[in-house]
Amino acid sequence: MSSDYNFAYLDEQTKRMIRRALLKGVAIPGYQVPFASREMPMPYGWGTGGVQVTAACLLPDDTLKVIDQGADDTTNAVSIRKFFEKTASVSVTEETTEATVIQTRHRIPETPLTEGQILVYQVPIPEPLRFLEPRETETRKMHALEEYGLMHVKLYEDIARHGHIATAYAYPVKVEGRYVMDPSPIPKFDNPKMEMAGLQLFGAGREQRIYAVPPYTRVVSLDFEDHPFERGGAQQPCGLCAATDAYLDEVIMDDIGTRMFVCSDTDYCRKRREVGHVGEMGVPKAEDAA
Amino acid sequence: MEAESLSGGFDNAPIASAHAFRVALDVMARPGKIGKISGALPPAPMTVAAGSLILTLCDPETPVWLAPSLQGATIADWVRFHTGAPLVANRAGAMFAVGRWEELAPITDFPIGTPQYPDRSTTLIVEMDRMTASGPTLRGPGIKDSIQLGLPDVKSFQANAALFPLGLDFYFTAGSQIAALPRTTKLEG
Amino acid sequence: MYVAVKGGEAAIENAHSWLDEIRRGDTDVPELGIAQIRNQLALAVDRVMAEGSLYDPDLAALAIKQSRGDLIEAIFLIRAYRTTLPRFGSSRPIKTENMACMRRISATFKDVPGGQVLGPTFDYTHRLLDFKLAAEGSAEPALKAPAQADEVKPHITSFLNDEGLIQSEPQNDQTPPDLTREPLELPASRALRLQALTRGDEGFVLGMGYSTQRGYGRNHAFVGELRIGNVAVEVDIPELGFAVEIADIEITECETVNQFTGSKTEPPQFTRGYGLVFGQSERKAISMALVDRALRWKELGEDDTGAPAQDEEFVLYHCDNIQATGFVEHIKLPHYVDFQAELELVRKLRREANAAREAAE
Repeated sequence: MSSDYNFAYLDEQTKRMIRRALLKGVAIPGYQVPFASREMPMPYGWGTGGVQVTAACLLPDDTLKVIDQGADDTTNAVSIRKFFEKTASVSVTEETTEATVIQTRHRIPETPLTEGQILVYQVPIPEPLRFLEPRETETRKMHALEEYGLMHVKLYEDIARHGHIATAYAYPVKVEGRYVMDPSPIPKFDNPKMEMAGLQLFGAGREQRIYAVPPYTRVVSLDFEDHPFERGGAQQPCGLCAATDAYLDEVIMDDIGTRMFVCSDTDYCRKRREVGHVGEMGVPKAEDAA
Repeated sequence: MEAESLSGGFDNAPIASAHAFRVALDVMARPGKIGKISGALPPAPMTVAAGSLILTLCDPETPVWLAPSLQGATIADWVRFHTGAPLVANRAGAMFAVGRWEELAPITDFPIGTPQYPDRSTTLIVEMDRMTASGPTLRGPGIKDSIQLGLPDVKSFQANAALFPLGLDFYFTAGSQIAALPRTTKLEG
Repeated sequence: MYVAVKGGEAAIENAHSWLDEIRRGDTDVPELGIAQIRNQLALAVDRVMAEGSLYDPDLAALAIKQSRGDLIEAIFLIRAYRTTLPRFGSSRPIKTENMACMRRISATFKDVPGGQVLGPTFDYTHRLLDFKLAAEGSAEPALKAPAQADEVKPHITSFLNDEGLIQSEPQNDQTPPDLTREPLELPASRALRLQALTRGDEGFVLGMGYSTQRGYGRNHAFVGELRIGNVAVEVDIPELGFAVEIADIEITECETVNQFTGSKTEPPQFTRGYGLVFGQSERKAISMALVDRALRWKELGEDDTGAPAQDEEFVLYHCDNIQATGFVEHIKLPHYVDFQAELELVRKLRREANAAREAAE
């Protein structure tokens, strides 16, 4: 495969088109730039937008990390990582701190990103207003007029019915006081991390949209004065590394429904165990055969 | 066409343009930061930085406006030969515009995008004699607290920023140095 | 003791080699050749070319073999390959009036200049399983009318046009936008809509077309003409200063004649729907023409009845089966992070609701 295709798979004209869209995305934080997404050798919904953005950004000397659900070893993350190993000959890593480019689906790593890093999100539905208004022609107008009343009404109806905003992931944010943006389906626990030192790029392949959040940009989760945004998060420490500040997955252990909670960010969890943190159900790293 | 117009392109375009783009992306995401961009050797007086940026971003889909000082046959042919970009005389049709600041004025003639498509605005590549890290104070997305950058003007950039989310976006090029100023950056003094 | 699930990479590789094995199946059965697929499953090849937007029967046959006969998967393979191909130029518009027709029928006139040509159609076959085929029987050569390739067969709707009974389409030499190179922007021109429809999913377009017949955006269509045959593709070569024929492709074209009761500005007149598809696919071409006509309500000054087939945004955003299958099937990918977030929210809401109920009791 590697020898038959251009560096990072995409042809140069396609990369230029994506690169131009990325630069306008960076210049207009949170605004969705239309781009002529190409068919990729993986299906729509598998991260074609993220893959195209990554392909347009990668250098041969980059170190790439790919995560899905926070984990490096989920099948789709493995598949995308291998794709770029083959087509762009980049080095790959599972360590957040080692990576120069991180492609993600559904999580922001627990370890804060630094200035040299780029975080590329795979986005299924980039339009935060889509489920309130299915028409692109309408939502585009709403963004143009900064008319976000519909979103506030929806959130307020949640509060009236449930006492809370009933959105647990893909929780909408307002970027630099202007555009309401879909942060991709990350848990709202991750929303506060979006004000970061790294550059965040978002690619939605099937929906043909690219958007961006530059470093140190204000990203505010929508809320109300009397119902401020709640980050949520686990009620107990990680079973393996005892972390109390991480997003946890719930794992069902046996037929009678015993559960344990473990870090969704596998790199974060492993690092903590390596330096000696041990959770209630874990064993010290040295003894862990897995 | 002169030989000078045919040479000076990227060696190994996929790799050279990838490097150049990462710098272009980095400085646009961090306004005021001065980066180094190279790979292209355009005919004088176009700078290496401006030439590299053009080879990275321009192609038959991007109309380019060249300032009078760059309109000599050699540079025009170089841009056409290496990118295939149509050169336009009309500012209103330009996706990219290249030239010295005084030639680019009045910048208000370049498209600033529309409320529904604010991305459809011109990117200006401003050729400079030198790049300095002192000048007006910049604040906004991409900037931790504040940063300074030597700029050819202040009022025009302030007026441009006031158009947000519409507006122009700027690259500044000197030798192989490059910096950027997106429409989101606010200038003081 | 919890053991993290590892080995995703090995699992993927093993799954791929299992797929290779099962694709080949029983090795005592002779392997299918590309030529066999191309010749004997020609309509499947045609569909893959049409929806893959790439006219190459050999590659389409290869894709069908590789996809184990899953045509949407085959279309996907072709699309992914197509997108990597460099563009050398664009062709002149093909001239379907010069088509060497293998089939040409009109439902609006009993006989037409140039004649009705039935061609190799399933239309009047009795759908009875032919067990002789199971015994690998070979077909007898058919009796055909002498080839009429050189004869120009005028479009049947042009006869109506002479009387001014059917709306003339404005001539337009503008290069239409390319759906595969530019993001879809709405409202779309008719050229762009037709582009989307011709590569749209056959089943989706069929369903949409069917809905117009059942009253959802009814447009009273007759098949003015349906023709299948070969046309030349010509490309201008600037260095030569003239056009060169680079290919001969088989296409299906359908033009419907639709009733139009007139509007504030126009007297009653017939209008058209248009379908054009690579290869032999009249189902798709007819459906496409119905949907095309339904989407034209605005320019014809008709009422928007709220029918799905009249809704450009709905039709164009959902007719592409590669986009659709990807997104529909992606929900089988892990979503446990999002699910966990929902789980916590529902637990919290239930806790609070229960507490409130207890407090009330």
